[in-house]
Amino acid sequence: MNYEPVIGLEVHAQLKTETKAFCSCPTRFGAQPNTQICPVCLGLPGTLPVLNRRMVEFAIRTALAFHGEISKDSVFARKNYFYPDLPKGYQISQYDRPLAVGGYLDIETKVPSPPRGEGQGEGATRRIRLVRIHMEEDAGKLIHEGIPGSEGSSFVDYNRAGVPLIEIVSEPDLRSPEEAGSYLRLLRSVVQYLDVCDGNMEEGSLRCDANVSVRPEGSEKYGTKVEVKNMNSFKSVEAAIQYEIDRQIQAIAAGERIVQETRLWDADPQKTFSMRSKEEAHDYRYFPEPDLIPVMVDAAWIEKVQGGLPELPDAKRRRFVEALELSHYDASVLVSSKSIADFFEKTIAIYNKPKMASNWILSELLRYLHEEGRGIEQSRVTPQLLAEMLRMIGDGALSGKMAKEIFKEVYQTGASAVSIVEKKGLKQVTDESAIAQVIDQVLAKHPDKVQDYKAGKEKLFGFFVGEVMKATRGQANPQKLNTLLKTKLSS
Amino acid sequence: MTLHELSLNQASELLQKREVSSVELTQAILDRIEKVESKIHAYITLTRESAMEEARAADLRLQKGDRVTPLTGVPIAVKDIFCTRGVLTTCGSKILENFKPPYDATVVARLKEAGSVTLGKTNMDEFAMGSSNETSHYGIVHNPWDLEKIPGGSSGGSAAAVAAGQCFGALGTDTGGSIRQPASLCGIVGIKPTYGRVSRYGMIAFASSLDQGGPLGREVQDCALMLQVMVGHDPKDSTSVPMPVPNYLEHIQKGVKSLRVGVPQEYFVEGINPEVEKAVRKAIQTLKELGAEIIEVSLPHTSYATAVYYIIAPSEASSNLARYDGVEYGFRSSGAKNLLEMYRKTRSLGFGEEVKRRIMIGTYALSSGYYDAYYRKAQQVRTLIRRDFDRAFEKCDLIVTPTSPTPAFGIGEKASDPIQMYLSDIFTISCNLAGLPGISVPCGFNTQGLPLGLQLLGRPFDEERLFQVAHAFEQVTDWHKKRPEILSS
Ligand SMILES: [Zn+2]
Repeated sequence: MNYEPVIGLEVHAQLKTETKAFCSCPTRFGAQPNTQICPVCLGLPGTLPVLNRRMVEFAIRTALAFHGEISKDSVFARKNYFYPDLPKGYQISQYDRPLAVGGYLDIETKVPSPPRGEGQGEGATRRIRLVRIHMEEDAGKLIHEGIPGSEGSSFVDYNRAGVPLIEIVSEPDLRSPEEAGSYLRLLRSVVQYLDVCDGNMEEGSLRCDANVSVRPEGSEKYGTKVEVKNMNSFKSVEAAIQYEIDRQIQAIAAGERIVQETRLWDADPQKTFSMRSKEEAHDYRYFPEPDLIPVMVDAAWIEKVQGGLPELPDAKRRRFVEALELSHYDASVLVSSKSIADFFEKTIAIYNKPKMASNWILSELLRYLHEEGRGIEQSRVTPQLLAEMLRMIGDGALSGKMAKEIFKEVYQTGASAVSIVEKKGLKQVTDESAIAQVIDQVLAKHPDKVQDYKAGKEKLFGFFVGEVMKATRGQANPQKLNTLLKTKLSS
Repeated sequence: MTLHELSLNQASELLQKREVSSVELTQAILDRIEKVESKIHAYITLTRESAMEEARAADLRLQKGDRVTPLTGVPIAVKDIFCTRGVLTTCGSKILENFKPPYDATVVARLKEAGSVTLGKTNMDEFAMGSSNETSHYGIVHNPWDLEKIPGGSSGGSAAAVAAGQCFGALGTDTGGSIRQPASLCGIVGIKPTYGRVSRYGMIAFASSLDQGGPLGREVQDCALMLQVMVGHDPKDSTSVPMPVPNYLEHIQKGVKSLRVGVPQEYFVEGINPEVEKAVRKAIQTLKELGAEIIEVSLPHTSYATAVYYIIAPSEASSNLARYDGVEYGFRSSGAKNLLEMYRKTRSLGFGEEVKRRIMIGTYALSSGYYDAYYRKAQQVRTLIRRDFDRAFEKCDLIVTPTSPTPAFGIGEKASDPIQMYLSDIFTISCNLAGLPGISVPCGFNTQGLPLGLQLLGRPFDEERLFQVAHAFEQVTDWHKKRPEILSS
């Protein structure tokens, strides 16, 4: 029998507000333990939460981007359980009256991640519906090791306690680990575009739990679902879901019954392990948080947030295809991450050759970055540097072949293409008399074009540059060439 | 009259006229405490030294005319449920036996700002759960009018301290009657303001949707003076209301003429002590003679109030008290081998019986499968109770009832019977459920010489009117002038 996987994701996104959800402590990541705390986020007796309006604004922004319906009066609730990283013994969350319900993401089912992968399904999308988006606070972090002389003890860092989160819950609309992956990637890219979350799965600013079940193909009924936790990368999300699907199918084939439980993904043996069964599941005893009043969001607020939404990946891709004439595939990869799209747009703002820029980013820059496991934010090549090099190519100062070599070095050193060209044996001809000599030869060879230029066809300037470059095998210093050529042509 | 027998407003007047210094006044009270505290046990912590320092600072302010308020230099006591910076704050519990908060509760800060002198932290039922002060981890409090009797609770230490002349006024909190009932049982005045009137920041939570801080004093004016300083919006408490605050003294002499006073039939039923009923009926007659119009009103859902309260309050408490787990602060049991054991031992040993009982009730009421039947239903009935009052207040301007169905009962008398104990709050609970202001004023003594109290309930944010009526009543009676004999030797 063939089985169909049924997957729903619960994604927690840490919001990039300056301060915590219910106090004014900073939210910066990576500070010394317990340096970003106060009586409120420590849950000291008698303290009370005060809602951070930015948190609500960021949550509204996200919900609007995903087409959710914003509640006019959502309510915070207490989720009660004991754990040392939870200072109050409850988490302030939302339960039966979340900030937003409904909404969706249209995922492309066959969009490979950068660098250029295989299989390029053009524009096939599937709509993944959302159940809800709600706001809550993060817990602290336990530290079990690394503190000298304290074996057998655990420590708690409350810096993260009270950092604002949103939880985005999907319907069980996903049908494969790959789909779950594209859903998660798209979701991350949108929250990055919205500038509400930095989307870093390794640092935990984006976290994902998966509900996985399988059912015989064609069946309408859902199978028993298992919750899988503890995945901290896109890869592990896909791997854990795949493992869980296989495990469940095998279990059913062996005549076993799937039990409703929570399982933890362990990246080392690449397996999931049972954490707790349904019977052991927490009873969170939700009830409305009496220390906070309902979150009132009026139409004017929604309108204001809507008006401030940036261009989102979908719209951007459409624009890249329609206005910049990029291929659907290239546009998709460029918009898949806000930082790649930003890099691209900054580059063409300096040197406006979209196709050329797109090609260099997608085939060269991303490949190098990927090999090194770096993000484009950490790239030593800046849009400025890339644009400069593209201009040299465009001006004929650099051949495509030379450029590839030069680019490698720009990538590795962050030096400008101009300086590398100079430094390398490809040393440019900077001797003015040498350049002048070549210019004279070129001009002598094309007296008619010189006539035309002087008569007003200034576009021919590029032609002369190209000819000089050809004659010097691209080694003439472009600036010097420009100046000299101008002087000669105007004499 | 010796200094410690003065009312707060009298003491304040002497200070303003510079006829007495704050140092003298504070010393007199500390001497009084020295003399009677061993019999009353109203305080958990005394802060003698800082009190004298504050008194000296207050005298300087009075001398210079620097930011002088009616409370400048007046020694007061603070219920041990309010956080006080650097000063032990136990909430009556072993689990906070070593807790010194790094901050002041908003009301404490406001009273300090006004220049009052803090004598110490008063005894209370553990986490304010009790009506007799017998659940305190730090020992029981004795009623100054009869040392064998309870002072009421949970603000029993505050009420007893005021009654015994161990302070001129005290801070209390009221979740189901915890200011009004001990005020009534100790023969003093106590007001629970409208929910949202007084900031809850720094006031250790018992039941967040019911808790409200308020003052206790010998006379109505004393409470008005203190409340004036305590009220007002606090950005640190989202449930505190940004509404303008009237000057409570401005119209306090206005009297009761042509006011409509509602008497709810449901409050004069079986179980009420005949001497209490007699005193309250007489008080109603007095109000009538003062020119009030007496109207019969009905609050039909009154009989559900206790049941509703004992679901909502423990539910919220079960969550509010989850933070006392031995991890960050407070008592932690030693010798646990793992986390679960640490939680179990810490909470088993750190909490008293009544607190554990209520945590159990609350945990149960919020459990999945029971939530709808208990918590949700209780909230629905709470709405009905609130509507009862809305309707009644269409016909009258305030409501009068007894504060407590009985005078102070004997120590140990109800300690083993929670239901009987819970029923001692039947007249005070509805006011919290509806979020209304309520005041208790002395209205007589029973044949054994135990004080009795009259409760006035007002419309939301109508504390001013409660003060007016209570003051008018006080002017024609002299119950508030009596001081407990038993200790004056
Ligand atoms: Zn904080």
